[in-house]
Amino acid sequence: MQNVAVKAEPAAANRSAGNSVVETEQLSLTFQTADGPVYALSNVNLTIEQGEFVSFIGPSGCGKTTLMRVIADLEQPTQGSITVNGVTPQEARLNRAYGYVFQAPALYPWRQVDRNVTLPLEIMGLSKEEQAQRAAQYLDLVNLKGFEKKFPWQLSGGMQQRVSIARALSFEPDLLLMDEPFGALDEITRDHLNEQLLRLWEKTQKTVVFVTHSIPEAVFLSSKIVVMSPRPGRIIDVIDCNLPADRTLDARETPEFLEIAHRVREGLRAGHSYDD
Amino acid sequence: MTTEVADPASSAPTVRQPGLLSRVMSGKTGPVAVMLLLILVIWYAGAVYLNAPRLIDGYERNDTEWNFSQLTDDAWAMERPILPAPHQVLIEMNDTIFGKKITSKRSLVYHSWVTISSTLLGFAMGTALGMLLAVGIVHVKALDKSLMPWVIASQTIPILAIAPMIIVVLGAIGLTGLVPKSIISMYLCFFPVTIGMVKGLRSPDPLQLDLMRTYSSSTSQVFWKLRWPSSVPFLFASLKVAIAISLVGAIVGELPTGAQAGIGARLLVGSYYGQTIQIWSALVTASILAGLLVALVGVAEKFVLRHMGVIHAGGAR
Ligand SMILES: Nc1ncnc2c1ncn2[C@@H]1O[C@H](COP(=O)(O)OP(=O)(O)OP(=O)(O)O)[C@@H](O)[C@H]1O
Ligand SMILES: [Mg+2]
Repeated sequence: MQNVAVKAEPAAANRSAGNSVVETEQLSLTFQTADGPVYALSNVNLTIEQGEFVSFIGPSGCGKTTLMRVIADLEQPTQGSITVNGVTPQEARLNRAYGYVFQAPALYPWRQVDRNVTLPLEIMGLSKEEQAQRAAQYLDLVNLKGFEKKFPWQLSGGMQQRVSIARALSFEPDLLLMDEPFGALDEITRDHLNEQLLRLWEKTQKTVVFVTHSIPEAVFLSSKIVVMSPRPGRIIDVIDCNLPADRTLDARETPEFLEIAHRVREGLRAGHSYDD
Repeated sequence: MTTEVADPASSAPTVRQPGLLSRVMSGKTGPVAVMLLLILVIWYAGAVYLNAPRLIDGYERNDTEWNFSQLTDDAWAMERPILPAPHQVLIEMNDTIFGKKITSKRSLVYHSWVTISSTLLGFAMGTALGMLLAVGIVHVKALDKSLMPWVIASQTIPILAIAPMIIVVLGAIGLTGLVPKSIISMYLCFFPVTIGMVKGLRSPDPLQLDLMRTYSSSTSQVFWKLRWPSSVPFLFASLKVAIAISLVGAIVGELPTGAQAGIGARLLVGSYYGQTIQIWSALVTASILAGLLVALVGVAEKFVLRHMGVIHAGGAR
């Protein structure tokens, strides 16, 4: 199929695919390294529906980042199939279907904070006013008002990560891929951003794929939790998680919350024992 | 007399001022001054050592009485010494830089200007060529494989051997004067620019490149928004080398032109007539020019990097 044709009707392709945003079937990825093959993903079957908030949780090295990169067409699977918005990941990427928050901030050091946020907007050709307005809006959202003219090295690691979140939000993609976006933040900022992200998700009906190491964070945010285990990286449990939509941070003390958290913990434990 | 000099710092009892020596040496001037002094001492000693045999020959032929202080005085005042003393060179430089009209053929300012103009033209052409090659090498796989070996091979040919050929060949097609000399400068200075630029254009880390990929940005967007800015610190490091060897190229290019004008011409004429003082003053002038040109690039580097906010790169901190 021609790229041009796809670009012309991304929305149509999206709708016709039965609203599943990501669909994988027997997806496997093996890295060939100098010390032999690394089985990063093995037979992953996963469906992410439109509007879901899906968290990947699992021990370090179990393939969370790799799975995310396959969805984003930054890594090619060695076996199985995957569609994003009903088309191949490459076509989805060319349609600019998603915003990606990397595990590290990946800011451009010669650009001030606001110009880091407008980078994707420049590439997509938005007007200068629109760019400025969006930069202000999303920097405000991540509590970085007043830091627009700083260079990245003048910010703390957590602030840099928040800039990268604002950058991914700024072009308002329907699918957000977030790889441990809050890993480097203090508890209070993290709580704040968790609530902000939840509100944003409810309001905009975005689909969010989220990687975290924190069970409470996963349970609080997600509509679906995917528990993974390493060597080879695979899915060992998928937990539906439907806390009330208007939940606040207090929801973390409710019995429903604790029950789901318990189930996630059990899943992670089981994954670990496979290892030995 | 034991007058204590009132030290203003001693009124603040807890602050111990570091000694004068360590204060001077911690700056930039101290070490530079010491180095300069050392060079002068070695230079003067060398002048005596190298010029002494001829002088002593002369004394013995004329049966003159001589002692060591006589010898040093004479060694530092010869008309055609093997190695002139620093002050002789300075006097000659003063004469030819400030003592002559700058349009005069005997003015070092005139000759310097001739050399500088072909240096700068060669530098500009070499930088442009170097950048162009680098962009090609980074973006086209075939060029990376095919061009790089040639770029490296080009620098293994001794410039002194091909400079006359370039001058003659270009002269045959009617190109004389500034351009052929600049081409030799260009030939020398595109190399560090290409090498530095290729490294700089490839310096973005994989995540920065992945980010561009997620925006499905075009090759030219990746270039202008990522590769080019990443390469600037590398580029400046290369430019410093490039401008210095561009000057060397210009001087070498002046040698086969029949020594009409330029610092190279002064060197050549000086050696025809055994005018060592003239040779040395041309050499010293050339090195001062090189220093100034490199410093100029350094200033530009500081300015640009500060403007880009990349203060931790390129040693601008
Ligand atoms: N480019 C690569 N080449 C070789 N091996 C790789 C590569 N990228 C990842 N791996 C391997 O694949 C496995 C999964 O890596 P991945 O980055 O997906 O883990 P992760 O679950 O994101 O871990 P963490 O929680 O620490 O971020 C690891 O064993 C890692 O060593
Ligand atoms: Mg990871």
